[in-house]
Amino acid sequence: MKLTVRFFASLKEQLGRDVEEIEVPAGVATVAALRTHLMKRGGDWQAAFAEKKLVRAAVNQEMAQPAAAIKAGDEVAFFPPVTGG
Amino acid sequence: MKISVQREEFDLNKEIDLLRKDEKVGAVASFVGQVREVAMTLEHYPGMTEKAIAKIVEEARTRWAVLNCTVIHRYGELKPADPIVLVAVASGHRGDAFAACEFIMDYLKTRAPFWKKEQRAEGARWVEAKSADDTAAERWQDPKRKAG
Repeated sequence: MKLTVRFFASLKEQLGRDVEEIEVPAGVATVAALRTHLMKRGGDWQAAFAEKKLVRAAVNQEMAQPAAAIKAGDEVAFFPPVTGG
Repeated sequence: MKISVQREEFDLNKEIDLLRKDEKVGAVASFVGQVREVAMTLEHYPGMTEKAIAKIVEEARTRWAVLNCTVIHRYGELKPADPIVLVAVASGHRGDAFAACEFIMDYLKTRAPFWKKEQRAEGARWVEAKSADDTAAERWQDPKRKAG
């Protein structure tokens, strides 16, 4: 299935991109599964999504927990904990 | 309710005056956050940012008697002492205005997708989230804090 994946702040810099259209296997059905899927690309991806790193996510522009479901056409974003205000 | 995510500086007096036009308003509480000491660049997630702030404001309205509210958050390059954020809440009485203003600010710190990058002499550096901000947001989950 096709997803739009966005990256922000330090994650965007580390990965050298802010958005990517990707095709993932149907088994990648949650935020956590997508994180693991991206981590398998190795290199910077492995480092950026390593388990010890605090990475937050949003699905269709709403904050989402790791167990949140994702479906074809969704916009999934990964970013570090927010620091506004 | 006015929500704006913008590069430009805001005019505090103008925003407060707009909230004070309603004769039912008896109190306006406001908070201004500004850049402390180190210049920074603020990044955000266009689209999600506005939605996240709107959700926080809606949550505040379910808890307190809020008549009107203005939230303005800037992004882009900011210098020391530049204003970053304005939260202003109009209510019939001060209790609701004070509480809702603090609540919106606490939730904004942990739920609105903004990221600060400090431009330090030794190089640029992303600001790390503080656990104190999580604690500040979590205390509103105590049911005793729900009433104004």
